[in-house]
Amino acid sequence: MRVSLFVTCLVDQCWPSIGLAAAKLLEHTGCEVITDRDQTCCGQPFCNSGYPRLAEPLAKKVIDAFERSGAEALIAPSGSCAAQVHHYPGLFAAEPAWLERAERLAARTFELSQFLVQRGMQKAPGSFVGRVAWHDACHGLRDLGVRDEPRALLRTVAGLELVEIAAAEACCGFGGTFAVKLPELSVAIADHKIDQVERAAVDVLASGDASCLLHLRGRLERRGLPVRTMHLAELLAHGLYEDR
Amino acid sequence: MAEHLPMEQFPANARAALNDGPQRQALRAATNLFDERRATALATAPDWQSWRETARAVKDHTLLHLDHYLEQFERNAIARGAHVHWATDAADAVRILLDLARAAGKGPVVKSKSMTTEEVRLNEAFEHAGIEAVETDLGEWIQQLAGEVPFHIVVPAIHKSRGQIAKLFAEKVGTAPDADAKTLTAAAREKLRVKFAQAGLGISGANFAIAETGSLLILENEGNVRLTTSVVRVHAALVGIEKMLPRVADLDVFLRLLPRSGTGQALTTYQSLLTGPKTASGDEGPDELHVVLLDNGRSRMLAQEITRQSLACIRCGACLNVCPVYQQVGGHAYGSVYPGPIGAVVTPQLVPLARAAQLPFASTLCGACRDVCPVKIDIPALLLHLRQQVREGSVAVPAAQGRFFERLTMRLAAFVMQRPRLYRFATALARLLDRFAGPLLHRLPPLSKWRQGRTVPRLGKRDFHTLWRERGRK
Repeated sequence: MRVSLFVTCLVDQCWPSIGLAAAKLLEHTGCEVITDRDQTCCGQPFCNSGYPRLAEPLAKKVIDAFERSGAEALIAPSGSCAAQVHHYPGLFAAEPAWLERAERLAARTFELSQFLVQRGMQKAPGSFVGRVAWHDACHGLRDLGVRDEPRALLRTVAGLELVEIAAAEACCGFGGTFAVKLPELSVAIADHKIDQVERAAVDVLASGDASCLLHLRGRLERRGLPVRTMHLAELLAHGLYEDR
Repeated sequence: MAEHLPMEQFPANARAALNDGPQRQALRAATNLFDERRATALATAPDWQSWRETARAVKDHTLLHLDHYLEQFERNAIARGAHVHWATDAADAVRILLDLARAAGKGPVVKSKSMTTEEVRLNEAFEHAGIEAVETDLGEWIQQLAGEVPFHIVVPAIHKSRGQIAKLFAEKVGTAPDADAKTLTAAAREKLRVKFAQAGLGISGANFAIAETGSLLILENEGNVRLTTSVVRVHAALVGIEKMLPRVADLDVFLRLLPRSGTGQALTTYQSLLTGPKTASGDEGPDELHVVLLDNGRSRMLAQEITRQSLACIRCGACLNVCPVYQQVGGHAYGSVYPGPIGAVVTPQLVPLARAAQLPFASTLCGACRDVCPVKIDIPALLLHLRQQVREGSVAVPAAQGRFFERLTMRLAAFVMQRPRLYRFATALARLLDRFAGPLLHRLPPLSKWRQGRTVPRLGKRDFHTLWRERGRK
């Protein structure tokens, strides 16, 4: 099965190892993975800041690129970006042709862990020794219903102990431009979660979204806490083989 | 007089609230408690999802035919001996209620908790007119004594500890400064009973209005609504037009949803169904019953399909309790009568959008509000709609600080993102800047804002696509 890996802008620019790990995992389930260098951003920052019209051309590019690629599914290592693609039809209420194409793409777009489980992955190929707390990123959890898949996969990573923290499902406070519009509030919301992480004495705080993790990592570092942040894909594929 | 904070200054209000340690502690404990109670109540309600669907379908139907049901309500209420008044806006409602208070003669006005009377700023109008209006819900009375507006739509004094209330009562009521909860409530009861006995007019809101019988349903736990609506000679209820339900039978599903969502109760202690004034001397109820139906911007929400669902709200407050923003800053920071997620949706549609332009942005869009809403209002979608109204809409919003800069940045970013080659060039440039001019960039927005409490992430040495190509070559 040929799948297109949606390389989110944060993965592309800040955290490329997530993308490489995601590709390895998809290949592990027998997929042929392609990426598209012309794909830039899903458009969510524009929609969420009140500029949906600026997001339209980006959505069209993503739809176009996917259709050209001949891939059967679009897989994002991000519940947030996948959810944004699921919301594309809402942008094209007045353009029936694009609406139909947007709906077709939405039906074929998945968050990584959802897709891996669908593909029948029962045991993650990676190994990682440590205590890991999971943060449910809001859009994956509430827009796409991703709750059990990442937990089930993490539990199969050799050596990994998954620790359920209180407030696992609470928002981290990132919220896109919210994080810089209302920085004190954004940080206060993060602290509510991080207090629980600290209490659980874990080695790693993991999530399915790089955006939450960059925000949480920034706060963990500023508070001087010895907790690493890692993306789901990095843990599931950890130590699989090095290609850097 | 109780004043709202300026809603135009949500960011400053929020910062101030974050610096109020005791308030944050009380708020966290209370919102956790209410959310836990709600979760416990839901655990014994396996049909919850189908109840939500049913309730929403009833609301959608009623709102689509609201003209019909309002007129049916009026006919039936009048047939049962009630008086029905139509208030286009807050000023109308205030005028009608002031006239009723004057006509009712001497004695105070007793009020049972009503957010709609807060919306029209009724207490303020009474104060100006020299009429004593006394809140009889304990939490609301505490807020009145403290000179504060409600902090929460269901639990007005949710942010106050027992100690703070004891101190307030010692000053205003004369109880001991270390009085326990039982003593405090007994003192409140004693004071308020006198007011009930003296009052000429009782004012309430209503949770539901029933078109087929012209009835009102009011839910409560303290018995003050029952007193307000039965022992006082004249009663007036201020009711938003969206409170309409077609039939008495429709109450079934809403009575399952509202108490569970609001306080985690299977049912509130009291449910008062008012159908007309008393007709015989042995009857309970007021001699005169007035229903004031309030529009005040609601028909505007009704007019558009996308905003119509805002009117399905049954004011349970569940979305406040789960909201990460409300949990941190509480109700007053919003500067609006209705705080929290639903407040951020309703307020910009009730007051001029330019005034409330900050509120749709006072959210992380986490969606917890949508998940708990008993009538399935898509609050994040409405927030996005309002954000677009503020940013791309034709409504003139005063140039808030940095707004021009934001619009420019967004346009520029979108321009670059649409051109992959330009995007690659721009990100390569950013990488260079990050490496060689990082400290300078960190002093400029948005990174200067990000740095408040967080370290700044560095860009990868190479981007994904470069690494991907290298991997392909191996």
